[in-house]
Amino acid sequence: MSKGLPEARTDAAMSELVPEPRPKPAVPMKPVSINSNLLGYIGIDTIIEQMRKKTMKTGFDFNIMVVGQSGLGKSTLVNTLFKSQVSRKASSWNREEKIPKTVEIKAIGHVIEEGGVKMKLTVIDTPGFGDQINNENCWEPIEKYINEQYEKFLKEEVNIARKKRIPDTRVHCCLYFISPTGHSLRPLDLEFMRHLSKVVNIIPVIAKADTMTLEEKSEFKQRVRKELEVNGIEFYPQKEFDEDLEDKTENDKIRQESMPFAVVGSDKEYQVNGKRVLGRKTPWGIIEVENLNHCEFALLRDFVIRTHLQDLKEVTHNIHYETYRAKRLNDNGGLPPGEGLLGTVLPPVPATPCPTAE
Amino acid sequence: MEAEANSGSLEDSGAFIQRPGEGCRTVPLAGHVGFDSLPDQLVNKSVSQGFCFNILCVGETGLGKSTLMDTLFNTKFEGEPATHTQPGVQLRSNTYDLQESNVGLKLTIVSTVGFGDQINKEDSYKPIVEFIDAQFEAYLQEELKIRRVLHSYHDSRIHACLYFIAPTGHSLKSLDLVTMKKLDSKVNIIPIIAKSDAISKSELTKFKIKITSELVSNGVQIYQFPTDDESVAEINGTMNAHLPFAVIGSTEELKIGNKMMKARQYPWGTVQVENEAHCDFVKLREMLIRVNMEDLREQTHSRHYELYRRCKLEEMGFKDTDPDSKPFSLQETYEAKRNEFLGELQKKEEEMRQMFVQRVKEKEAELKEAEKELHEKFDRLKKLHQDEKKKLEDKKKCLDDEVNAFKQRKTAAELLQSQGSQAGGSQTLKRDKEKKN
Repeated sequence: MSKGLPEARTDAAMSELVPEPRPKPAVPMKPVSINSNLLGYIGIDTIIEQMRKKTMKTGFDFNIMVVGQSGLGKSTLVNTLFKSQVSRKASSWNREEKIPKTVEIKAIGHVIEEGGVKMKLTVIDTPGFGDQINNENCWEPIEKYINEQYEKFLKEEVNIARKKRIPDTRVHCCLYFISPTGHSLRPLDLEFMRHLSKVVNIIPVIAKADTMTLEEKSEFKQRVRKELEVNGIEFYPQKEFDEDLEDKTENDKIRQESMPFAVVGSDKEYQVNGKRVLGRKTPWGIIEVENLNHCEFALLRDFVIRTHLQDLKEVTHNIHYETYRAKRLNDNGGLPPGEGLLGTVLPPVPATPCPTAE
Repeated sequence: MEAEANSGSLEDSGAFIQRPGEGCRTVPLAGHVGFDSLPDQLVNKSVSQGFCFNILCVGETGLGKSTLMDTLFNTKFEGEPATHTQPGVQLRSNTYDLQESNVGLKLTIVSTVGFGDQINKEDSYKPIVEFIDAQFEAYLQEELKIRRVLHSYHDSRIHACLYFIAPTGHSLKSLDLVTMKKLDSKVNIIPIIAKSDAISKSELTKFKIKITSELVSNGVQIYQFPTDDESVAEINGTMNAHLPFAVIGSTEELKIGNKMMKARQYPWGTVQVENEAHCDFVKLREMLIRVNMEDLREQTHSRHYELYRRCKLEEMGFKDTDPDSKPFSLQETYEAKRNEFLGELQKKEEEMRQMFVQRVKEKEAELKEAEKELHEKFDRLKKLHQDEKKKLEDKKKCLDDEVNAFKQRKTAAELLQSQGSQAGGSQTLKRDKEKKN
């Protein structure tokens, strides 16, 4: 045990609250730094365990949206990502069945559990995106949906008697599927990403990457990255939200080398070298989904689920949601949103964001 | 059944009914996905941001509050003990940065100074309540801001209140009861018996029972350690039965056996702080820090803070939703109040403007008066000056006349003289001339 406990000099001011009804938060000046390792174990680090237990008990919510033209393998990929049938594949349309006139939004929720951790996963599908002849403004329903989730959350938050845990339906992550043409991004892709990168975390993925050879793949990725940069589209992880040097180097590597991920999805298993793996069987070989040499699915999975899941949620909550909230309150003249007593309706939630001065 | 949402088209304003909870079926996983690392991701983020914990110590002067804090956190915190001569109750607050392995904790310790020292203690609880409310208010203000940074906000709300009970051995003082009653809805109260080495074991059990029954009969809600999580339910349950904890604080270390321990030395023996048979210090530390710190923080946020927020907003005149009318009248009342306020401001502005105009007029009149006076004075002086000048000129004229007259007379006289002495005079002149040559 250490002798001579170091005198901890404090610079704290004597913050006096004289008995007057004047609320003055008496949080004092500079805190003094004490390294308690020298002084015997207190037990502060047990708070990590306490926190972990608490979060395991409450469970997590995660909402992922998939956007892309039909036939790009969105549902398959989501099923592969979460190793379960969370997304129902659109069965092949008969010609008699009408192609939906507008983009539909389908949100389906499932509860999955692993290692004691319960997660409520919601997959938001957007059938009809980019499928019409005239695709102008087909991102509007999507933007509207996203804003509506923010609105719902905001309304709950502004309530006087609020729930202990506000149900979180905000879209945490949007996977945008790029068609593997091998040339460059389509105008629709650029338009969509330009509009939505400001309201939601967009992760672009190159779908059906088994149609490209390695060289084609890397060239395509480079071109896509360049185009996104030229158009000023910030996809997740956004440069401006890197918190410290460590984050920055890690994210830079991902941004400049791996993204957009070229993925292949599959829910069928095949026997390869004595192991059962997820893959696609073709006459010229079996494409293993989780093999890094074949495609980058494993990178995407690790990125989204194993390392950046919490960060996706936090960026959504701390940045996108706060931006929406600030805009909404400003538009309302500093008032929280809502409808008047007699049911007079305020201007509805804008589908497109109000002209921003950003 | 799968809970499939209605697909929204552009027409029906995209309302989907996604029913969480009910109807969400659990899907089995066919392999290892990897989101079980989610709690770790969350915890890592929190660790990098750091934690904060704020303790409030309420108790009479001299009960050992500072010493107990020093003992709990193994460090010597701050300065001078307080005197008994404070005129009112004040709160002294200090913040420290503690670091253990990779966890950083911002610890704030707030102590009352002068509690229980006055002759009239009716208002003793007020500064404490105001302080706690002020912290809630600050948080509420931040939450209501348009541009806010809640995730990096330094949370100053009090998470735990240690109430120090004097070891009389009889019962709670009325000051204690009144104060605790006022505080129980605002903060998590953990009552402790201070300086409990003054009480013997048997007296202690009786004392504890008396205290607990008094608290119950007066309806004081003290903090109960949570028993809903199985892993801690058992230990928390037993601890709940030991409340209030009888503690002893000491920062002196003495050699007992072959170890250095925190203890107090008396002629009749040594009291060891960390010996469970001697006092409940270890229990307090266990409960406060190692088991329930997170729960204390959560209760503060979800129960006490929400209650404060609700009361405050209702006080300001906001109501929540009616089951029939749509949410909510926050908008309307806010607007009405705002207009009222603006109206008042405008009225005040008008008044001020009027007053200003009037004052300007008055001042202007005054100044005009003064100007006139000055002009008059100037005129008068000018006239005086002119008179003087005239007089002087007259005098001068007279003088000149006299001088002229004199000159005339002089020249006349000289002429006469020169005529008289011209005959003889011219000869003298000649002679003078010849002399000179």
